[in-house]
Amino acid sequence: MRLEPRNDTPLAVRLLAPVAAVVAALALCALLIAWTGAPVLRAYGLLIEGAVGSRFALTETLTRATPLILTGLAAAVAFRAKLWNIGAEGQLYMGALAAVVLGGGMLNLPSWLLIPAVMLAGMAAGGVTLLGPAVLKTRFGVDEVVTTLLLNFVVLLLVSMLLEGALKDPMGMGWPQSAPVDPAAELPKLVERTRLHAGLAVALGLAVLLWLIDTRTIWGYENRAVGANPRAAAFAGMPVSWIMLRTALLSGGLAGLAGASEVLGLKGYLTLDLSPGFGYSGIVVAMLAQLHPLGVVGAALFIAGIFVGADAMSRAMPVPNYIADVLVATSLLCMLVAGLLARYRLRRG
Amino acid sequence: MTEILDILVSAAFWTAVLRIATPYVLGTLGELLCERAGVLNLGIEGIMTLGAMAGWMAVYQGADLWTGVLFAAFCGALLGLLHAVLTVPLGLSQHVTGIGVTLLGTSLSYFVYRLVLPQASTPPTVTPFQPLDLPGALAQTPLTYLAFALVGLVAYVLYRTPVGLAVRMVGENPAAAEAQGLSVTGVRIGAVMAGSALMALAGAFLTLSAFNAFFFNMVNGRGWICVALVVFASWRPGKALLGALLFAVFDALQLRLQQVAGGVLPYQVFLMMPYLLSILALVLVARRASYPRALMVPYRKGER
Repeated sequence: MRLEPRNDTPLAVRLLAPVAAVVAALALCALLIAWTGAPVLRAYGLLIEGAVGSRFALTETLTRATPLILTGLAAAVAFRAKLWNIGAEGQLYMGALAAVVLGGGMLNLPSWLLIPAVMLAGMAAGGVTLLGPAVLKTRFGVDEVVTTLLLNFVVLLLVSMLLEGALKDPMGMGWPQSAPVDPAAELPKLVERTRLHAGLAVALGLAVLLWLIDTRTIWGYENRAVGANPRAAAFAGMPVSWIMLRTALLSGGLAGLAGASEVLGLKGYLTLDLSPGFGYSGIVVAMLAQLHPLGVVGAALFIAGIFVGADAMSRAMPVPNYIADVLVATSLLCMLVAGLLARYRLRRG
Repeated sequence: MTEILDILVSAAFWTAVLRIATPYVLGTLGELLCERAGVLNLGIEGIMTLGAMAGWMAVYQGADLWTGVLFAAFCGALLGLLHAVLTVPLGLSQHVTGIGVTLLGTSLSYFVYRLVLPQASTPPTVTPFQPLDLPGALAQTPLTYLAFALVGLVAYVLYRTPVGLAVRMVGENPAAAEAQGLSVTGVRIGAVMAGSALMALAGAFLTLSAFNAFFFNMVNGRGWICVALVVFASWRPGKALLGALLFAVFDALQLRLQQVAGGVLPYQVFLMMPYLLSILALVLVARRASYPRALMVPYRKGER
């Protein structure tokens, strides 16, 4: 028995790989649930019901999927060019920071101008945050994985400092939170009396746009070429460093937008618990999607459903809601193996 | 300035330095072992978290302290085995697999902790290792002494024994190692498991020696700092010890300066220092870093 690379993977196999990975992850986590003593099938039943079982559940899942689509896209575009951006969490908070600063009354604009301006500022803040590690990588050869990871901690401390200092809400009863943003900067709701906001439309639009750029433009072609083989790309005359830097701006920008959209659409102000690890989950989303922009949407919906459903499940039975994080991590590892099996075939002999 | 001098001559300061350095020494040593065999192990953060939780939980359930330490190392080696199987024989991306192992180790630790202690608002405590009865900065817990002894042991094994030669060889030139009749896969898996056990010891030090309870987010990026320290130490155990000590000096200093200059600068500025210093260290050595030649290159027999 040996592994033999396939020349090209059939579409059916590419679509089947994430499904197989998710089934494997669910099976592995079933053992964990069984260990807690809870009935496994009922637990998964409650999880599905909590994720999609009612109008409210469905809108909650879509709300949760919004930042995950954006951080998933952030990871996907970066990983495509082999830029290992693990700093989406920090970039998200920088975007959120820009959003509360500019959306909190600094700009006096009508709503239709203010919202795009604040969102662009959020993107810029996120993009610039990743630009630092990207420059260190292209100029000095510093591994970007460690620098982006370390910057996550620096950014969180910066946010904490500002929330206890310059940005602290004077009406906040002493809590470390920012003042609320200008009502004119708030994103409109998509469905009345739910938390679902227009950020979802923006995220979906960007996923389609990135897919078009990826498949239909020279830009996308260059990005893929640099990811596949930077030396060959350089030999073909492509400006590899510049492609890396613009990929960094785009990837960081998408993560920053996730932060801005959470502030403008959902929370209305900034706290230190704005993101329960959206930046890290975005990596899982991107890998489940095999770095395909449209696949990111599906993967984000799935991961969002797991988180929302697990919350509902853990309220009904003694299974801690950290089961969602375990499921997500297991899905990632199973997906890596499934991706390998999709790229190779098993040959006898 | 005089305040800094006062701090630097106090025995309490150096006691703190050695204590703070311990998890960095163990973690850096573990990562170094993995990378010397050619495998980047970004699972370190999750492995440290699992070590911290598993060691503490074993003691909380009634095991004695050393059993807890051993159990933590065992759990770390198991996660290391997972990382090694995925990255060595299967040759998956070491970056993404490592992040996956970190996510798994962290979430599994939190899950188990919450399962055993569903509504503990104040974390329950155990009786941790006590400092030895020695004067001044030498009054450290046994785990600190173990960490420093392990530096010597790892250095000896790496440079003076056939096993160490094998580890270095599969990290530099796996094809040559194979030609010598060594199993590249076997040596790499063994090195990653041993390294991961050391990382888990770093975690167990936090819950069984530095503190007496398990907190969420308690590892707090220490694992990532260790990854940076390995580069800074140019993959040498002795330099890793030096790097960890230097780092601990800065960390202990910022803790004390927080109290002195607390009114002037927000405390978060001081807390940022370790992370910024790590990035700076990476930039300083990046140009002349001599990576193990086969680091992050999966080895498949007969493939060039």
